[in-house]
Amino acid sequence: MPVTDLGRIWVYLAASPLLWLSVTLLAYLLAHALYRRTGENPLLNPVAVAVALLIAVLVATDTAYATYFEGAQFVHFLLGPATVALAVPLYRQRGRLRRLWLPIAAAVVVGVGVAAVSAMVSAHLLGASVETMLSLAPKSVTAPVAMGISEKIGGLPSLTAVLVVATGILGAVTGTRLLGWCGVRDDAIRGIAMGVTSHGIGTARAFQVSPTMGAFSGLGMALSAFATALLVPWLVRMLGLGG
Amino acid sequence: MLVGITLLLCYQLAGEALVLAFGLPLPGPVLGMLLLLLTLVLRESAVLATEAPAEALLGHLSLLFVPAGVGVMVHTQRLGGEWLPIAVALVVSTLLTLVAVALTMRQMVRWLGLGAGDHAGD
Repeated sequence: MPVTDLGRIWVYLAASPLLWLSVTLLAYLLAHALYRRTGENPLLNPVAVAVALLIAVLVATDTAYATYFEGAQFVHFLLGPATVALAVPLYRQRGRLRRLWLPIAAAVVVGVGVAAVSAMVSAHLLGASVETMLSLAPKSVTAPVAMGISEKIGGLPSLTAVLVVATGILGAVTGTRLLGWCGVRDDAIRGIAMGVTSHGIGTARAFQVSPTMGAFSGLGMALSAFATALLVPWLVRMLGLGG
Repeated sequence: MLVGITLLLCYQLAGEALVLAFGLPLPGPVLGMLLLLLTLVLRESAVLATEAPAEALLGHLSLLFVPAGVGVMVHTQRLGGEWLPIAVALVVSTLLTLVAVALTMRQMVRWLGLGAGDHAGD
């Protein structure tokens, strides 16, 4: 095949959503296989590896993020239905949920406050701009929710999306070990902590540990999305930022 | 499977619509989840319909965050200038939140005498 034809094929494919959708799935499958191969080493988190692979490909082919997202948006879109789908594992845990609702509610409110305030304060102490601080505030909740809150309080939604993913990876990588050091071994408690801190990425990790931990992580993620939407704009005003 | 997928999408749609209509402070998909949970409790048949698509979506939940994560390439300038505060804020806040949530919940379980909250580490 002559080079000019290859060039034309590339131009055509690069402009269609099919190419970047396929590449996203391939990168994730590759990252996931690597994760499995290394005995599920948390340091090789599949999201982190897939993101690194994709950025390498995009930089090498000189492709803009907007072009990439034309294709990848189909994957991104599924975050919504996946959030709704969390009702199913929750339903399976309804017995424990009814018993533990009060400790869960208290833990979620504390977690949402600690997540937002500790991020904003430590960023402020190290000289971050106000925009960055506000983008950090909702970083512990799932991407579509966090981006909405960030926009409302004066942060940068697209920066928040990145911080959300980074927080998810950090929590997924450190969560089980850190909670083990603290002597927390109950799957319901570990799950809530994982979900409140690291939303869907933490929940994906929790499902690998046990279905119970996954279900409670899903619950923690859902409740903290709700609590963050209510509390973070208010916390930001209390700290005298944005509005 | 198709019925289940349709249900998930319709509940999200209902959630988004209600949030917009009543100016509710919570995100549409979260309200959709709460509505679906209510339906599952009331109707056993909805459980059978949504089980398979829910498993498919949740089985690879982390894949869905990849496109947002790639967005880091748009923010290289800001991340370059403010990498230290951002990195410290993320690490400090993630570790503190994990511990704060777990210890709060464990303490509440003990106070309320709900037992079996923790089997080890006492």
